[in-house]
Amino acid sequence: MEDDDKAKAAMTAGAFTATAGAPLAAAFVRQFGPQAIFRAPVDARQWQAAPAAVLAQGGRLVALWGSDRRTLDGHHAVAAAYALGTDLYWLDLPLPAGGAAGGAHDERPRYPDLSAHFPCAIRMQRAVADLNGLCAAGAGALDERPWLRHAAWAPDYFPLRHDASRATRPAPHDEHYRYVAVEGDGVHEIAVGPVHAGIIEPGHFRFSVVGEKVLRLEERLGYTHKGIEQRLAGMGVGEAALLAARVSGDSTVGYGWAYCAAVEAVCRSEVPQRAQWLRALALERERVANHLGDIGALGNDAGFAFGLAQFSRLREDVLRRNQACFGHRLIMDWIVPGGVRTDLDATALRALGDDALALETEVRRLAAIYDGHAGLQDRFAGTGCVPSAVARQLNLTGLAARASGIGTDLRAAADAQPYAALQFQAAHAPGGDVAARVAVRFAEIGESLRLIRRIALALPPGPHVQAPPAPPPRGWAAARIEAWRGELLVALELDGQGRILRAHCHDPSWQNWPALETAVIGNIVPDFPLINKSFNLSYSGQDL
Amino acid sequence: MTWRILRQIARVGTISEAPPQPAHADPQAHAIHRDILAILGRAAAIRAVDAGSCNGCELEMHALSNSYYNVEGIGIRFVASPRHADLLLVTGPVSAHMEQALRRTWDAVPAPKRLVAIGQCACDGGVFGESYASCGRVANILPVDVEVAGCPPPPLEILRGILAALQPAKR
Repeated sequence: MEDDDKAKAAMTAGAFTATAGAPLAAAFVRQFGPQAIFRAPVDARQWQAAPAAVLAQGGRLVALWGSDRRTLDGHHAVAAAYALGTDLYWLDLPLPAGGAAGGAHDERPRYPDLSAHFPCAIRMQRAVADLNGLCAAGAGALDERPWLRHAAWAPDYFPLRHDASRATRPAPHDEHYRYVAVEGDGVHEIAVGPVHAGIIEPGHFRFSVVGEKVLRLEERLGYTHKGIEQRLAGMGVGEAALLAARVSGDSTVGYGWAYCAAVEAVCRSEVPQRAQWLRALALERERVANHLGDIGALGNDAGFAFGLAQFSRLREDVLRRNQACFGHRLIMDWIVPGGVRTDLDATALRALGDDALALETEVRRLAAIYDGHAGLQDRFAGTGCVPSAVARQLNLTGLAARASGIGTDLRAAADAQPYAALQFQAAHAPGGDVAARVAVRFAEIGESLRLIRRIALALPPGPHVQAPPAPPPRGWAAARIEAWRGELLVALELDGQGRILRAHCHDPSWQNWPALETAVIGNIVPDFPLINKSFNLSYSGQDL
Repeated sequence: MTWRILRQIARVGTISEAPPQPAHADPQAHAIHRDILAILGRAAAIRAVDAGSCNGCELEMHALSNSYYNVEGIGIRFVASPRHADLLLVTGPVSAHMEQALRRTWDAVPAPKRLVAIGQCACDGGVFGESYASCGRVANILPVDVEVAGCPPPPLEILRGILAALQPAKR
């Protein structure tokens, strides 16, 4: 297998230099399969040089995670995934173990900070410190507060180290979390959450306001942290699919696909064309259902209950059809390694195509009402703005990025199957405000429905699943999927026995939550629900 | 604009469905509904707490308020404060970080009160189980009156669970 990798590396070296240029020079190996993902072990110097090189080429940081490889190679590692164009570069920096595992602060290995170049790295670095006990060191790494660890476990317990005890719950630790204080005449704080006034996931928001105006928002997340990644470690690649599909329930198709694509890449197995198309069908239905729900809720948050009534009705229609065709309202666990669990017959495909056509008409009619409603537009326009310069700096992703005029959509990549064959068109709006995010959602519903109709008409024949072979003892792979919220990534590493050593699930919300903090500045407190809903970020997906 | 909105409302008409299927299978269900309205009036108030779920159960709880299930039409509504609630709906395995918030929310609900655990994770910990970060099922933390299994349970199952929890209220 090693020789095979080397051959692959030689084969793809040209592709790498053409897109990435010299500054990211490292021994990159392209992983098996359709996704252009390159991985290389790097040294501290290369790790340190990468952020500037990536920035210079217009790239962005996608994810950062730690891995405990001491039982295999005698060291820890920290990994960073950068997107350059449509390619992904996965840098893996080995870190000497440095003292007893689970020891005191000074025994935590350190790696060079990335947040000076990529502000979105700050929370990821804090999470890696909480979970793996690996700390960023350098000018940008000033925020040493925990991120995912609250009072529930002690600071010297590192859940993602292989020797972290799983038998007992660690003793609760008394926490003193310091929020950034805003001072001045008339400034006061509003503390919201973790239990919110609605059927919403838990998180804490600390507003500093003067009168109605928000001066600053500080988010505190991690409340739904339930130890997903520790549980994934040691699992077989098959059984872990159920867990991966529950990282974030509203993106279960996206995570299911990303996880299975990573498994397929590590097992070096192909996926039948029909299965790829069926997966896209499910992903687009998930996108439509979420956009419908959110557009309705946005109307409601602006005092337009009619919108909620209409769009939640349409969403329910979609979910009921999902139940009939896929056997589950949210299409959970339908994507399996190698393909999809059940095939769709001609009757189901016709129903899905007809539904899409009818839904297009309904949505167009309602979009005209939203567009023409002065009261609604007054609330949407100019509210919660993320200018494209800020969006770029924060590495904003997904629909929020596209609403700030940044053109990232993995489905638009030249080799994205089946989207290239379907002539996918990405949606864009330049404004960066709530109105722009609503416009992008409407446009994406239209495009998704078009894709669904195309797939229903022209689904290629063939098997719907081809079970992958057993995984190799050791190996790594990652996969990216443009889910409805944005780009999500699953990275897999095997443990020498074909089981999971480390599976990292990265939600686009990591990048977009900080953007929400900047979007609300200067807005009035009552507009926060509206701004928040226009992003609708995941708590569970980032808390893990 | 008003004309277009009214026309759309007229076009869709009333789509609300008869509440839960037991109404057809079980003649007692009608009596239950009558009892709910008689005893609680229109004040069967629910506070939902996500104690660490993946958000799947929340999506299905939201669906209860759409025009098909129309739970407000049978006197059930979701409220913003536990102090206004008769019933707590709890989803998720209880994450260690939510344990305290969940206990406080329950304490804030005035008696008499009932608790419904929604979804597989709330019933038995689900795929997340118990760990350093998860306390597992809701019953590990608080007294549960009714459990609704499913991942996530569809809206009608959630509604059945709510009705089951309200039923003994007539005693």
